Amino acid sequence: MTTTALPTSAPLDVPINREGIAVVCRGVTKTYGTGQAAVRALRGVDLLIHSGELMMLVGPSGCGKTSLISVIAGVLDRDDGECTVFGEDFAKMKPHQRTAFRGRTIGFVFQAFNLIPTLTIAENVAVPLLINGWSMHKAVQEARGILDQVGIGDRYRDIPARLSGGQQQRVAIARALVHKPRLIVCDEPTSALDHETGERVMDLLKTAAVGKDRSLVVVTHDNRIFQFADRIAKMDDGRVMGIVSDVKEL
Amino acid sequence: MFRVALKMLVGDSARFFGIVMGVTLACFVIAQQGSIFIGIMGRTTALINDTTYPDIWVMDPKVQYIDDTKPLQDTQLYRVRGVEGVAWAGRLYKGMIRARMENGTFQNCNLIGIEDSTLVGGPPAMVEGTVGELRRADAVIVDEAGATTRLARRTGNPEDAPIPLAVGDTLELNDRRAVVVGISKGTRTFQSQPMIYTTYSRAVSFAPKERKSLSFVLVGVKPGLDAQEVCKRIAEQTGLAAYTRAQFRWVTVEYYLKYTGIPINFGLAVGLGFLIGTVITGFMFYSFTLDNLRFLGTLKAMGTGDVKLLWMILMQALVVGLLGFGIGVGLASLVGWLNRGSALAFLLPWQLVVVAGAAVVVICMLSAMLSMRRVILLEPAVVFKG
Repeated sequence: MTTTALPTSAPLDVPINREGIAVVCRGVTKTYGTGQAAVRALRGVDLLIHSGELMMLVGPSGCGKTSLISVIAGVLDRDDGECTVFGEDFAKMKPHQRTAFRGRTIGFVFQAFNLIPTLTIAENVAVPLLINGWSMHKAVQEARGILDQVGIGDRYRDIPARLSGGQQQRVAIARALVHKPRLIVCDEPTSALDHETGERVMDLLKTAAVGKDRSLVVVTHDNRIFQFADRIAKMDDGRVMGIVSDVKEL
Repeated sequence: MFRVALKMLVGDSARFFGIVMGVTLACFVIAQQGSIFIGIMGRTTALINDTTYPDIWVMDPKVQYIDDTKPLQDTQLYRVRGVEGVAWAGRLYKGMIRARMENGTFQNCNLIGIEDSTLVGGPPAMVEGTVGELRRADAVIVDEAGATTRLARRTGNPEDAPIPLAVGDTLELNDRRAVVVGISKGTRTFQSQPMIYTTYSRAVSFAPKERKSLSFVLVGVKPGLDAQEVCKRIAEQTGLAAYTRAQFRWVTVEYYLKYTGIPINFGLAVGLGFLIGTVITGFMFYSFTLDNLRFLGTLKAMGTGDVKLLWMILMQALVVGLLGFGIGVGLASLVGWLNRGSALAFLLPWQLVVVAGAAVVVICMLSAMLSMRRVILLEPAVVFKG
């Protein structure tokens, strides 16, 4: 197993070189509930994600993967520790700043696609642009360009229900890409897809979503797609137990 | 984003239809029942509205409403005429009388006796004949609604349509002959009994003998004077009650509001409509929001602020409100239009439209608030939970 040189044991006040780093998590903790019903989902997570990297978070159910990407994406408050995304700390932002930062900086791909069923494909893809203040007309034009890139440009007028699972996930990827976010978080993007479609989706994600200044974090159980990762963080019991860069080392 | 909100709303056509129907139902019941209530209240003051000339109605202080006549001595007319500011004053008789028709059947009627000389207090409009023809011997004018319904002659054959009472026909009023010289058109009264107009002196002769017979003194105010000020003077100098037309209308309406079950019955119907509409709309709108919670959470995670999401929900509520309001008021108006000329008391003034609109706004706000609460409490992290 090759473990990267993470400042896992470094105290929070020890500075690290953030050049080329997309995400820094140090000592991140999160507990749901209180008292005897408390569940410690994250027990001090240390993790660095580099710019231009596809990082996968793997591990058994309940190990804290989803909690970790929720914290990274700024949709869940951590209890303790440090977590910055491109140098910005959600905890130090006001709620509206956090929302705006998410809208500009982060793209989302969900397990269940979460496409709005009553909007057309193009309108669904245009949503992040609309959130960022684009007009519907311009946003849909832009969305059509991205849909062409993911190979379903001809279906832009359809509603999601008319598409297959693989096509819907392509739309979701297009939606995550359209506003050119610097970090894309994907939650089980292939779990609802068959093997072949899952591979195609991952291939698309890898080629379209990972770039020089853009990183991808993928939470998955699906060992068939591990090969697409630049690095894989193994999680268990609310911690990152190790990081490998070769799937064979898992 | 508002277009997104709109498409989310109308895209779920079944639920959208249900929510709009909820608002429509509430708005329709409020507007329709309210219109009938106002129509009925309007009928209670029909005679006051239709008697166009007088500025002031003078009566016994114990009179509670237009049909509650407490006769005065005829000499009161002269006392009223003597009050400064009174331009003219005339007598008005109002009572009930039993009319016997040519075929021997009887019908209770309102008998209105108007000032013999000036004929002030007569019907507001004539369909046939003129008010001046009341000066002919035994002359009476019958209102169109009464002439075509209750006073219409029925032949022996039930399949035959009744023959409306017409000019030239005769009636017996308290064993005295009366000749129809005109047909008038006026507002239906609360009791919906035929209105028979004649001169004051003839009305008194038709009516059963009573010691006092003057029901009201109708007063015209000298130009430039305030009618209320003159009312005050009349009350002070004669000890009688004097009301402007608007005041007397309100005195009458107030009586019906206070002492009859009409407002409670209609209030219950309107309240029930409001309640049912609110429950249906609120439940369906809330359930619509719940069904869309995943997508609202997705929008929230992707960077849509709470304020914008709340505006989206508010706009959805307003759209269904506007549609429901339009359809509801439209349907209520249609009911009124289809029943025009019938016995249905229906009056839809703009004030009631505003009230229905306000009720719809309240319904939509209540429905939206339930949904807004869920959206504010919604953790965007919910999007990662399967």
